[in-house]
This record gives sequence, structure tokens and C-alpha cells, in this order.
Amino acid sequence: MSKPRPVTPLDRLSRALPKLLFAAYLTLFLAYLFLPLVIMSAATFNTSKFPTVTPWLGTTLGWFQELWNDAAMWKALWLSLGIGLAVVAFALPVGTAAALFLTSLNARARGIFYAVMVSPLLTPGVAIGIATLILWRQAGIAGGTFLIVLAQATFITAYVMLMVVARLQRFDRTQEEAALGLGASKGLIFRRILLPFLKPALIAAGFIAFLQSFENYNTTLFVRGTDTPLTVYIATKVRTGLTPAVNALALILIALTLVTALVMELNRRRKEG
Amino acid sequence: MREMIRRFGPGLGGFFLALVALWIIGMVLAPNLMMLNFSLKPNLFPADIGGPKDVYTVSNYTALFGDSVHRSIFLKTVWGSALVMLATLAITYPLAFWMAKVASLRGARAMLTLLIIPFWINEVLRTLAWFIILSFNGPLNAFLLGLGLIDAPVRWQGDFGVLAGMVYAYILFMLFPIYNSISTLETAQLEAAKNLGASGLRIHWRIVIPHAKAGIATGCVFTFMLAAGSYVAPALLGSPGSRWFTEIIYNWFFEGGNWNRGAAYALILLVLCMAVVMVTLKLFRVNLADVAK
Repeated sequence: MSKPRPVTPLDRLSRALPKLLFAAYLTLFLAYLFLPLVIMSAATFNTSKFPTVTPWLGTTLGWFQELWNDAAMWKALWLSLGIGLAVVAFALPVGTAAALFLTSLNARARGIFYAVMVSPLLTPGVAIGIATLILWRQAGIAGGTFLIVLAQATFITAYVMLMVVARLQRFDRTQEEAALGLGASKGLIFRRILLPFLKPALIAAGFIAFLQSFENYNTTLFVRGTDTPLTVYIATKVRTGLTPAVNALALILIALTLVTALVMELNRRRKEG
Repeated sequence: MREMIRRFGPGLGGFFLALVALWIIGMVLAPNLMMLNFSLKPNLFPADIGGPKDVYTVSNYTALFGDSVHRSIFLKTVWGSALVMLATLAITYPLAFWMAKVASLRGARAMLTLLIIPFWINEVLRTLAWFIILSFNGPLNAFLLGLGLIDAPVRWQGDFGVLAGMVYAYILFMLFPIYNSISTLETAQLEAAKNLGASGLRIHWRIVIPHAKAGIATGCVFTFMLAAGSYVAPALLGSPGSRWFTEIIYNWFFEGGNWNRGAAYALILLVLCMAVVMVTLKLFRVNLADVAK
């Protein structure tokens, strides 16, 4: 047996190296993720007419003022909110019905329907928009808010369906049988047992559905006709006349996202105890 | 079907079935079949529809392969999307492993909360952020010039900008599924392998990656599909020389005025994505239900 070599500084370095490398990787990754958002937000306060942080020409809050006075932005915002609510109103009941239908089938049929139902999630958004546009043209209906809602709901309903199915897997059917045995009507059982059980999943799904709709661009682009929801408004601005007023809007949306993410996270932790 | 009526009664059960039929038939199947039918017809004046010229043809499909510009854009889209997929996989795998198996519970949770934030931010805004960074007089060029790494500003917009923007936009679609699947791996397995003398690389190759294959497959499917179907990144971060297949489709509809050909191109994109899904699932021996989780 040879005597163990004394630990040299080089050994220490080679042992610490993987950790150092990983720390560097982690730092770079976080910088990569957040620096773009920080730079975009910071550009809101630069007086430069093109949004940038280099060079810094002076600090201003004027771009918020300009955003506030932009009637087209308000119109786009209200439209997006309206579309989002309509999509939620459609996707929640249909997604729930689809989930209940799916769980009522035997394994074989379930596999087939499942594939059909999740297929919109595996379809490129542009194709969903185009298919909707073509179908409704036969009926003489052109692109616009109505088709935006329909096209978005096509794939957003699938998200709702998946979330409700996940919750249904933990449902105990004997509760329903007991209620039936006690003489409750089927409608009452649905309202008083199943619906309350699904409530948390429905709230989460409604939230996700709204967000998906609000953020959608690809599908919307093809069915929008001449209507301009917020994402289209932003993308058009970038190409036709970007000013830091758009950054002000981005900053506000990011702040709202942050607050919502925090609230959801705190809520989740409180529930988990 | 009968089970639905039995469980919820004819009124409510029938209503549910009607909603499901509306969705599956009216919104999923019918539009796609109509698009297929449309793509197999020539582009005619309204007066000619139903007339002798209104026949089925595959010319809209063969057009893609006959047009060298469109063909090369299509191939570039496939290749570029694969590149985005591989880049996101390489970048996120170490982090996913660290979050799932190395970090403390608190550390992993803090990281998760931190990562969810950009995930929730609109894709258009995330792309806008890169538009600003990559612009000719923007921060990236200013930074590199300041360091003396470049002598003159670089035009980043074009193929580089598009791919960079896509990697940024879709990276978390790769990270989260991989993280989820690695976290179900028993840490004891890793320790056993280590005690038996397996090297770090071997542990990943033989234990972690096989265990995480459903997550990896999911991440690959989604990043590829999102990249291939992306419109924002090419539109905002591209240049005239870096057109993406979705832009060609858009042009057929809103500039070229040939919806039939546009429908055929859209179907080619759809089939491409479906094929990638199928091949990936087969390759990783994963089923659809694992992906949709």
C-alpha cells in the first residue's frame, strides 16, 4: 500500500472545478433567460425613440403617457380580453364534457378518441387557423373575432380536457352511487358532487385557457380578418413603427405576469401546507 | 355513449355528447377534411367552381418540390427546427438534472418559480426582447464593440436571429418535461450505480436518460413542432434572406391569393409535424398519453 499523496491545491481545484463550471452554467442560463426581459423593460425609460438601452439618452416616463393615449392599443386590449373570455366560456364546458366522455369509454375507444382530442395540441397553430378559415369560408363567414374564438378554442379545449381528465382520475364513483341510492336526481348529483370536485381543476383550466388565448398569435394571424388583438397589434408595431411605448406595454404585461405567478405559487404552497 | 346517458340522464348526458360532437366533428375533423379537399383542387375563379376545370389534382403538393426556392425554404425549416430542438436539449438537460436530483428541495422550488415567469410571458414579447437586443445599434453590438471583440456592428437578424429567438422562446418546453421525468427517478439508483463504480457519464447514459425518455421525447416533439410552426420569430428576427416555411404559407393566403396551394403547404407542414411526433414516439418507445401529460 502506497502512502496517500498530500492534497495539493491543484487537487482541490480539480475537485471544485465541476461545481465551478456548473455555477457558471447556471449563472449564464439565468442571465440568458432574464437579461432580454430586463433590457426590454429598461428601454421603456430611455428617451431614445427606438427602444434600446445603448446609448442611454435620458430617463423618461413619457412612453407610458404615449401608450395610455394610444387608442389602437386600447381597442386591441379590449378585443383580446373579450376573445379570452369567450374562449374560456366555450372551452370549459366542452373540455369538461370531453373529459367525462373519454372516461366513460372502454380502453380501445378511449385510445382512438384520445388521439383525436389531443391532435390539435400536436398540430401547428397556423394549420388550425387555416383549416378554420377554409371551412367557414364555405359558409360565407370571413376572418374576424368569431373565427378567432373558434380557432383558438379548437386547441385550448384540449388543454381543458387534459386537466379535467387528470382530476377525474382521483374521483370516487361510489359517491355518485350512494347519492343515487338516496334518491338524488342525476342532474343534482352532477351539480352537488362532481362539479364541486372538479372545481379546482376548472379554475386552473379556465386560467390557463384565458392565458393561452390572450397570448396566441399563430392561429389568430390567419383567422383575424381585419380585427387586431393585442399580440397582432404588438407584432405589427414592431414592423411598422416601434417606439418604447410598446416596451411600456411589455413592462406592464410582465409585471402582471409576475404578480399572477406569485399569487398562484403562494396559493399552491398554502394548499400544500 | 350509453354510459354518458346512464350516468347523467338524457338531458345533461345528451347535452355533453352534443358539445363533444361539436368540438370533434365541427372543429377538429371537418376543418381538416375541408382543408384537405381544398388542397387537392386547383385555384379557380368562383365562376369555374363546379365546372369542368374543377377536378382533383395533386399539383398543389408537387408545386412545393418543383419550386427550388420553396423547396430549400422547406428543407431549411426542417433542419432549423431540428437544430432548435437539439440546442434546447443540450442546454437544458444539465439544469433539469440538477433541479431534479442535486439541488435542495428549496433550491429546486425557487428555481422552478423563477423559470415559470418567462414561460408565462407572451411569445411575441419574448421575441420583441430579442429584436431589441439584436438590432443593428442595439445592446449586443454595443457590448461586443465595447469589449473589442468586433470592429463593426454585426447584422444579427437573419438565420442567426431566427434560431436564437426560437431557442429562447421554446427552451422551457424542453426543460419542464425533462425535469418532471427525472424527478421520478429514485435517487438510490444513482447512488447504487456510483457505489458500484459507474462513471458520471455512464450513469447518465444508462440510468438517467433511459428513465427520462418520456420527458425527453415530449420536449423534443414540442420544441420541434413549435419551431417548425413558428411565425413570430422569423417575421420579427429574420431578414428577406431567411424566410421560414410558415411565411410562405402566409403569403399564399394573404399576398399570393392562392388558398388552395396555401392549404396544401399547410398540410405538408402538419404532416411533417405529425411524422416527427410518430417517429419520436417510436424511437423512444413512448405512447401518446405520456406526451400529453
